[in-house]
Amino acid sequence: MSAVMITRKVRKWEKLPGKNTFCCDGRVMMARQKGVFYLTLFLITGTCALFFAFECPYLAVHLCPAIPVFAVLLFLFVMAMLLRTSFSDPGVLPRALPEEATFIEMEIEAANGNVPAGQRPPPRIRNVQINNQIVKLKYCYTCKIFRPPRASHCSICDNCVDRFDHHCPWVGNCVGKRNYRYFYLFTLSLSLLTIYIFTFDIVHVVMRSMNGGFLNTLKETPGTVLEVLVCFFTLWSVVGLTGFHTYLISLNQTTNEDIKGSWSGKNRGQNPYSHKNIIKNCCEVLCGPTYPSVLDRRGLLQEDTLISSSNPVPQSTKTTAPLIPNEHTPDDAKPSIAASAEKNASPKEEHPAATKVPPLASPETDAETSIAKERAH
Amino acid sequence: LRPCHVNASLANKVFIQRDYSEGTTCKFQTKFPSELESRIERTLFEDTVKTLNNYYAEAEKIGGQSYLEGCLACATAYLIFLCMETRYEKVLKKIAKYIQEQNEKIYAPRGLLITDPIERGMRVIEISIYEDRGSSGSSSGSSSVSGSTAR
Repeated sequence: MSAVMITRKVRKWEKLPGKNTFCCDGRVMMARQKGVFYLTLFLITGTCALFFAFECPYLAVHLCPAIPVFAVLLFLFVMAMLLRTSFSDPGVLPRALPEEATFIEMEIEAANGNVPAGQRPPPRIRNVQINNQIVKLKYCYTCKIFRPPRASHCSICDNCVDRFDHHCPWVGNCVGKRNYRYFYLFTLSLSLLTIYIFTFDIVHVVMRSMNGGFLNTLKETPGTVLEVLVCFFTLWSVVGLTGFHTYLISLNQTTNEDIKGSWSGKNRGQNPYSHKNIIKNCCEVLCGPTYPSVLDRRGLLQEDTLISSSNPVPQSTKTTAPLIPNEHTPDDAKPSIAASAEKNASPKEEHPAATKVPPLASPETDAETSIAKERAH
Repeated sequence: LRPCHVNASLANKVFIQRDYSEGTTCKFQTKFPSELESRIERTLFEDTVKTLNNYYAEAEKIGGQSYLEGCLACATAYLIFLCMETRYEKVLKKIAKYIQEQNEKIYAPRGLLITDPIERGMRVIEISIYEDRGSSGSSSGSSSVSGSTAR
């Protein structure tokens, strides 16, 4: 039986664990469910298209030609922010490679000491002091790391995200450290766009009604009714959301922390990440440095495919994450690191050999006793 | 990038963890791990980590330049990043060069190798410890470029 090893180069994004979809050869990264994102796109472009078709010709002539120009600029900005939020890496933390995972496990065991049999091991928590405040870092069973402060695991995308805010289905992605400011600018500019369209719809209807009557106006520009409806309902939600996030930014908190009540109630005023100054907090979140992505999506990886002549189906070894217990069942046995996520995946054939453990009554001991018996004679 | 020992094999890996005492800015602990005690001087190790910390602090500094970059980028709807490199990316390149330099001059001759933290999600500085396999008479401090052992 002859075997041939074929090595081919793949992009790293193809082997990334987690439930993300990638487009444009790894340049675009989104969540799996994109339906609501398409709805957002449709609503924004549809409403703006109606505005440009029905309102703008009239208003440009009768009021000011700058009105449609500004609307176009605002629309383009909204789309740029939306696409930037949806397509960028929110700040995903890569999972620990096997050696790092083992190192952390050893540290945990050393810290926990001996746990009597039958007792539940203590929860895996590390305490760190940040600006004179004790913060608990939780261990992530999926990613095999102690989550950095403010990071959280998104169950929808199955990734730990740094400075996790929330998972937004409207943009089809998580909102985290790297794309929070684009998300905020998206909600802010969308609020402005909605208010703009709503205002000029009203202005247009009023101006036209003065000449021809209200019902005639609605007959001439049926799109206006649709626009007003969409804008009315959008206004309340988007403007409210913008206000909420402005509040969070001024306090340097994330939605996740706000929901959990980490820095409210009895912990009020103890947020160690806040600069205690609204301007400084806003500047840090909106004008801070642009963090790079630590997920090397477009890097190249070697994938070894073993094709044996007896088995015509190629057995490609996948460099997927090892089998691990679900995060909800931390008491399961320590995960056995079966498959490695190393750069050169070892062929599958080696694994059955590695798991062969010599039986307790080894042939050697039998041989020794037989030799001893022979010597005795 | 591997040490030039022909018979070197990976013995162990040490992971230098993040130091969160000053917040979420990228900073690594300067505590000297016990596994490296016999391999490298404490001051050299601490210098490396402190220099890396300074680089990261420079990249994440919130001041006049970062505001300017942020406002300019916002005004162009962040399209300017398609042609311009961010300050953070520039510093990351400097860091990569520094780590390569340190590996060549200090760590490789001692049978150690530093992995750039960005390849580990900025969570740890991974230091690989290599052992000389086989006793062909070469001391661990020397680095032999050629494959043949000295006669």
